[in-house]
Amino acid sequence: MREIVVLSGKGGAGKTSLTAAFAALARNTVICDFDVDAPDLHILLDPHNTVREDFVSGNLARIDPAACTGCGVCERHCRFDAISQLPDGTRHVDPHLCEGCKTCVVLCPHQAIAFPPRVCGYAAVSDTRFGRLVHARLDPGGENSGKLVTLLKKMARELAKKEGLDCMLCDGAPGIACPVISSLSGATLAVLVTEPTPSGVHDLIRVADLCDHFHLPAAVIINKADLNPAESGRIETFCAEHGYTLLGRLPHHPDVTRAMLAKKTLPEYGGPLADSVAELWGAIDKLARTYARPA
Amino acid sequence: MIAAIASGKGGTGKTTLSAALASVWAEAHGRPPIAVDLDVEEPNLHLFLRPKITRSETTGLEIPVVDPALCTRCGACRDLCQFAAITILGDTPMVFDDMCHGCGGCMAVCPAKAITPGTRELGVVEEGTAGEIAFLRGKLRVGEAMSPPLIRAVMHRMERLRAENPDLAGRDILCDAPPGVSCPALAAVAQADCIVLVTEPTPFGIHDFKLAVEAFTPLGKPMAVVVNRAGPDCPSFYDFCREADLPILAEIPDDRAVAKAYARGTVLPNVNNAYRALCLGLAASVAKLAGEVRHA
Repeated sequence: MREIVVLSGKGGAGKTSLTAAFAALARNTVICDFDVDAPDLHILLDPHNTVREDFVSGNLARIDPAACTGCGVCERHCRFDAISQLPDGTRHVDPHLCEGCKTCVVLCPHQAIAFPPRVCGYAAVSDTRFGRLVHARLDPGGENSGKLVTLLKKMARELAKKEGLDCMLCDGAPGIACPVISSLSGATLAVLVTEPTPSGVHDLIRVADLCDHFHLPAAVIINKADLNPAESGRIETFCAEHGYTLLGRLPHHPDVTRAMLAKKTLPEYGGPLADSVAELWGAIDKLARTYARPA
Repeated sequence: MIAAIASGKGGTGKTTLSAALASVWAEAHGRPPIAVDLDVEEPNLHLFLRPKITRSETTGLEIPVVDPALCTRCGACRDLCQFAAITILGDTPMVFDDMCHGCGGCMAVCPAKAITPGTRELGVVEEGTAGEIAFLRGKLRVGEAMSPPLIRAVMHRMERLRAENPDLAGRDILCDAPPGVSCPALAAVAQADCIVLVTEPTPFGIHDFKLAVEAFTPLGKPMAVVVNRAGPDCPSFYDFCREADLPILAEIPDDRAVAKAYARGTVLPNVNNAYRALCLGLAASVAKLAGEVRHA
């Protein structure tokens, strides 16, 4: 089993366009979109036969205004600034700020706070022209993106086992925190997409550091390499010095946007980038096989 | 005035725009701004403003420390904790530091007063100056999963700076927010007087822009749009903005010269005079947008 997670730290470096391109080339693979906050892979992969389930995670404090005496114990103990006073003196929970810690629920001297489970979005399995897609959507402003990624991972692994698939190709979220850390758990290879810009390089170093932190092998693709050839050279040096495999470079090319507008992946769109992404996928797959674990 | 520069999708130009606005703000409004980088996972604003950092402070989250001698193994903390961060294994009370959200509930319910506050490092809050611009940012520790508490710490620091320093009290604040539409992005725009959404008119950009509009609209703050890499013909995008009553403050063309300048760390107003004029106009529009709430 190979679990390949495509990351970049910085948004807009090309994670999703490349993951979609690799999805078109991969065989025997479950495709996963772990950018549950702002998922875009479905735009190119056009999922159908979607089976959804609610993502219920954690609970939400809800004060019964009829039972609230306005004593303020809940507000004093809330560390998330989620509780405020209404004009009539009773307290109110802001659902966007509540982290569901239950402290106010147990401390309320009048048992005036309910704690219902909260639906934070959905998880789904769909068919696409390249195989199965496991994807999700966190409700806007939602919490628990890391737990939703963990749920998707479990669904994808079960699906792979059931259908005899030996690869998971995963589009990750930007950043280095909650959902990204969840997507790295149990992964076998991280593919880091970067660009030779000050932000691209800065964010590459931080996401590579995160992979080291979790002892996960990482390999690098330099996208838009021709925007600043000198900086691309420095990225290559950085990879060599730190032991990250350099998978290859891609130019800054208008076909990426054109293909997206045509709702096609790069191999389907054709043109000069199609051969380059095929070479990249060959290199990723070969490298991932060296880290594969028994199914 | 506090303006948050946000977007659903990453890489649409939040930092480009934040740096551009910060660079021309003094010229447009007669007073330099405070530029705040709230994208604590991947802070990049300093790469364009190049501030001199004068103060750096480690910020922590309050987490429990159990005194095994006082602990009666009653399990009240374990029963309360919603994040599986505290338990009793065999006869030993255990805290899993990384799982803790810092709610303080275990300390509040412990009948034996056996739990005292400790700390988990979240990252650093740094401040400095870039010419006349005051600069503030958070930088998350690599390996730390929770960014909203650090974002809130940066904003608290920002309030304290303004309260303590008469020179900064009247300054406008420009916040570079993290991408996405979940808790970090909401934490970053929570105190803003207005939200400027940066998007690109591609299918990914438009899809995530709509998510951002859905997430931020309930906050009831004035919102407007800057279109970056404008070019692909996308009438449905402009229809959506019109119907959602979102004014478009500026359009930055899909220009390779801008991409190459960005790759060298050059701010947009320094690309050429046309971009400088565009940024000055935008600085005026953003202040006006924020004013809509003040006088509403």
